[in-house]
Amino acid sequence: MSQLPALVRVFAYLSLLTVGGGMAAFPEMKILTVEVHKWLTFSQLIHLYSVGQMAPGPNMMMIVSIGEWAGGFLGALVTLVAFFGPTALLAFVVARFWKRLEKWPWRNSIQQGLAPVSIGLLLAGCFTMAKGAITGLETAAIAVGVLLMLLQYKINPALLVLAGAIIGAFSFTSK
Amino acid sequence: MSEVHPQPATRVVDAAPKADVSIWEIFLEFLIIGATSFGGVVPYLRGSLVTKRQWIDDKEFVEMLSISQSLPGLNATNMAVLVGEKLSGFIGSVAAILGMCLPGAALMYAAGIFYHLHGDHPWTTALLKGVAAAAVGLILSTVVSLSKKALSHKFDFVFMAATVLAVNRLHWSVPRALIVVGILAILFHRPRREQKESAL
Repeated sequence: MSQLPALVRVFAYLSLLTVGGGMAAFPEMKILTVEVHKWLTFSQLIHLYSVGQMAPGPNMMMIVSIGEWAGGFLGALVTLVAFFGPTALLAFVVARFWKRLEKWPWRNSIQQGLAPVSIGLLLAGCFTMAKGAITGLETAAIAVGVLLMLLQYKINPALLVLAGAIIGAFSFTSK
Repeated sequence: MSEVHPQPATRVVDAAPKADVSIWEIFLEFLIIGATSFGGVVPYLRGSLVTKRQWIDDKEFVEMLSISQSLPGLNATNMAVLVGEKLSGFIGSVAAILGMCLPGAALMYAAGIFYHLHGDHPWTTALLKGVAAAAVGLILSTVVSLSKKALSHKFDFVFMAATVLAVNRLHWSVPRALIVVGILAILFHRPRREQKESAL
């Protein structure tokens, strides 16, 4: 029960960091949920994030699972609202006056300037995750395989994540 | 209500007449997107909102998407808010984002409980190891395709690398990296009197 205020604070804060994609918030999410609040372990966080890539809709729905672990159904609900509420409100406000900013020359500068930074944040999140997820040659091979397939062919990424699950189930169980 | 404007032939899908779309319709359409958009929401959004429903045209879609990408928040939910707002104001936004989030949230709620109960099973661990590795590849491919689309200047790669180093090596917090490198990058792209076209 006492976790609810912490869930709200953490996920409302993380929500504002998701510039360019949910992965941008991942390094901070790791620190807050794993190290500070100990709601789950790092490998559990990686697992939930990865499973979330197979779910439809916004690709950060794994936050609901964290909320559920920390605070049951209410925890899940509170986390969902905290994570999507602030940015939704911001988008709503911006939608109202963005059109009027069309002539403002800095609008373009902001868009162009934020693009490389948000991609950098995405990559930083990816590296943070890779430290836990890429544990040897086999996992590296799966990651590179998926990357090459996606760059080469028009293929649904969810299918490749599913393929990763199948390969994993068969190649890692013996150990 | 619906005036017919002659549209230039170049546009792929013409601007839809301002139709009365009910809250229920908005909710349902986004619920369908939220439940079926496996592997990334954007193409499903376009197929549904522009092609099928014609609630917005291609030009609006691209514009809304670029706003969504510059703001914090996921593309999926930001787009839902923007489209909902356009169709039916505040209530429209609420209906759209609820529809978009409900299916995935319900699924991950169940998945979280299942994982909590059976996550230690050797089969599950093995399976998840493969899933996580694949997810890393997926994020990398997003980085590559976004870089191709959004980075126009050589220096953009410097800003990108600086962000990565700040977070991963210097262990800056994400907001600090975002603000420091972001301001530098915005200043670099500051409006100039004479736009240089060479970078394109």
